[in-house]
Amino acid sequence: MSTAFAPSRRGFLKTVGAGLVIGFCLPDRKLDAQSAGGSPAKVNTWIRIGADDSITLEIHKSEMGQGTVTSLSQLLAEELECDWKKIRTDFPGVDPAFGLQGVFGSQSIRSGWTPLRTAGAQAREMLAQAAAQRWNIDRSQCRVSDGVITNTATNAKLSFGQVAEAASKITPPTGIKLKTPDQFRFIGKPMKRLDTPDKVTGRAKYGIDARVPGMVYAAIARSPVFGGKVVSFDATKAKAIPGVKDAVKISNGVAVIADNTWTAFAGAKALEIKWDEGPNAAFSTSSTSKMFAEQTLQPGASARHEGDGAAALTRASKKVEAVYEAPFLAHAPMEPLNCVAHVQPNRCEVWASTQLQTGIAGVAGQITGLQPNQIEVHTLYMGGGFGRRAGTDFAAEAIEVAKAIGVPVKVTWSRENDIQNGNYRPASVTRFAAGLDAEGWPAVLTANIACPPMGGGGTFGGGRGGRGGGVDSTSVEGIADLHYAIPHMQVDYHSVTGGVPTTYWRAVGYTQNTFFAESFLDEVAAAGGKDAVELRRRFLTNTPRLVGVLNLAAEKAGWGKALPAGHFHGIAVVNNVGSFTAQVAEVSVNQGKVKVHKVVCATDCGQTVNPAIIQQQIRSAIIFGLSAALKGEITIDKGRIQQSNFNTYDVVRMDEAPVVDVHIVPSTEAPGGMGEAGVPCIAPAVCNAIFRATGKRIRRLPIANQLA
Amino acid sequence: MATIKFTLNGKPQTVDVNPQMPLLWVLRDTLGMTGTKFGCGMALCGACTVHIEGIAMRACAMQASGVAGKHVTTIEGLSGDGSHPVQKAWVELDVPQCGYCQSGQIMGVAAMLAKNPKPSDADIDEVMRFHICRCGTYQDIRAAIHRAVEIQGNGGRA
Repeated sequence: MSTAFAPSRRGFLKTVGAGLVIGFCLPDRKLDAQSAGGSPAKVNTWIRIGADDSITLEIHKSEMGQGTVTSLSQLLAEELECDWKKIRTDFPGVDPAFGLQGVFGSQSIRSGWTPLRTAGAQAREMLAQAAAQRWNIDRSQCRVSDGVITNTATNAKLSFGQVAEAASKITPPTGIKLKTPDQFRFIGKPMKRLDTPDKVTGRAKYGIDARVPGMVYAAIARSPVFGGKVVSFDATKAKAIPGVKDAVKISNGVAVIADNTWTAFAGAKALEIKWDEGPNAAFSTSSTSKMFAEQTLQPGASARHEGDGAAALTRASKKVEAVYEAPFLAHAPMEPLNCVAHVQPNRCEVWASTQLQTGIAGVAGQITGLQPNQIEVHTLYMGGGFGRRAGTDFAAEAIEVAKAIGVPVKVTWSRENDIQNGNYRPASVTRFAAGLDAEGWPAVLTANIACPPMGGGGTFGGGRGGRGGGVDSTSVEGIADLHYAIPHMQVDYHSVTGGVPTTYWRAVGYTQNTFFAESFLDEVAAAGGKDAVELRRRFLTNTPRLVGVLNLAAEKAGWGKALPAGHFHGIAVVNNVGSFTAQVAEVSVNQGKVKVHKVVCATDCGQTVNPAIIQQQIRSAIIFGLSAALKGEITIDKGRIQQSNFNTYDVVRMDEAPVVDVHIVPSTEAPGGMGEAGVPCIAPAVCNAIFRATGKRIRRLPIANQLA
Repeated sequence: MATIKFTLNGKPQTVDVNPQMPLLWVLRDTLGMTGTKFGCGMALCGACTVHIEGIAMRACAMQASGVAGKHVTTIEGLSGDGSHPVQKAWVELDVPQCGYCQSGQIMGVAAMLAKNPKPSDADIDEVMRFHICRCGTYQDIRAAIHRAVEIQGNGGRA
């Protein structure tokens, strides 16, 4: 994709922060259904109110299971003072008034916290003002509650719906004082998810469910090697399949057009394509592993340097050294990638389950040459994203196909396409050394990281923190930002190439680096004869919120107390996405098979918006991280990915899922992120428990059959 | 192409399709019933689970010709209004996150409870380990199955 839509993740956040203007009464480009009470009045960017008192909240951050539909509604409703039962939600089109429309980096609550409450408060004041004008009284004589404005002098009442039209014409007030936490009615409460009823009846519409009149179906044959190009193709056999309509070349492969998905898949398989496989045809993960490890023997770009760095190692009483490794990973969301597009001479419509609507609108403009007001992106529910849907490649393809054929088309990826033609969490290697003082405490820690930069596949074009000084900040997060007050710390980074497109994967650099760092710290504790909790407590005194979750998780898990025979504890902590998290895993190992019985998680994510959804996200993140720790691995031989479906890229199943016990620290600090907070600790917590159970230190993921 | 007649959610249904086309795509593309989901295409994930003669089957691995003359139930027809005890339990416990696998999970559980109205945790594992959820809602699913058993025991009242 072009650089126009390739800002860094942190760059995105700045856009959100600076660009999130509370725009009012902007023309509503959306052609949505009108409520029974006629066209609802647009009170502001996020809030429309019908004459029938229906409240429609615009959820500009898409829903992939993380709960935005419900939690963002809570932020809006808190200040709006509407009746919760009257809320409906809608996914709006792309509109600069919303700022950047995308979900990544566990940002939705954090970026919405102030603007959405402010929007709710402004709408409430406009509604109250409209009622006051109707009654010819001062606003101060109106009370607003549950969608009704009461004249405190006469006890007369007006509903929101009765004054919404008038309110929409009032100039939005500024400087409104927002509620304090003791006044919250919705925020901090476990409100039921608004999307559940539609998700248990089959009514919820995901991207893959979009159907447009006249729509045809397509599947795409993509290069078996990353970066390969079509030299020529023969579609004779494909076109001989009844129901196959056409085959068209696009920039990254050949699309087969058919009258249903199954026939399109069959047609794509029947294509005979001559590929120029390019340089990646020689690439194999077996050789990168060695190459990455060799890189870490050399000094790299400096990601952190405190004290004497590596020089302090020579003075240590005892030295601990280890090399850790993590593999490439696919995201494998349950809903395979897909996109519906319709390109006409003066209009482009896209229907997608996406983590980045703004980006899709951008690539649609680039491919079609149309202006933003000629492009409409319809957002549907996502069947999981995990970072994969923050890319726009799948939409760009569909738009290309649609442009070529002129009728609406749904491109569906098979699961094999999803596993083999993706963007991946990069493989990486980190070489650690630590020096202990005479008492056995760490005095120096060095880490030398070799990791392909995130976004190497072009999704974002670079790390979310940029590449200052040759350091891709996403590749070093989780190590370079460790909070341990070890006097001498040195972190080096090597930007290596893996021949594989890389992108963000739920919790990004922390997914591998927290495993590396928290496992190595456990080695350091063991080498010095120290308790793993005691060592962390001693070196985290400058980060009290991390000590808080460490102590809480240890206490709730019964750290140091007797466990069932054969069960062992391991612990890990992390500070990512603005939250502080500790996990204790209870594990047994029998005949080389690892069983994770229970995970106790303590999290301090500041002010909670929906504690029930926070608990869900932690349980979700732990299973997601555990799948990677136990089983997840993408390997490549001669440029070809060797995994293809859930039989070769397996994930944790119900019978393997631990009981997860979540404890949330009460707090009125600003909210932290949550979607990714629970991922990083599970791998090191489990592996640290495995060490106690077996004496074997897992330094390479996945655990797979390493204990057999 | 072949004309295939079957009963879909209690109503007679006729389709004119390639008899080898999986039921999944007959439902989704031919009939526009999108509640049944595509996840793997190889009966590995359970997202496309439907009932055929009351038995939980993977629609992605069932040819259209195989349902001729049979009764097929999809998530849209499980209760029609979300009132099946499993759906009630799912709502009560807010099980779904992304929700994409949940049609299949619910159909799998409903078929299991029809045969085994009070499954043990081991019974649940034996059936449900063939249903993948990438959001990791397994703990919630297990709790909701036990709750569905209670609701079913109360004659469907929550």
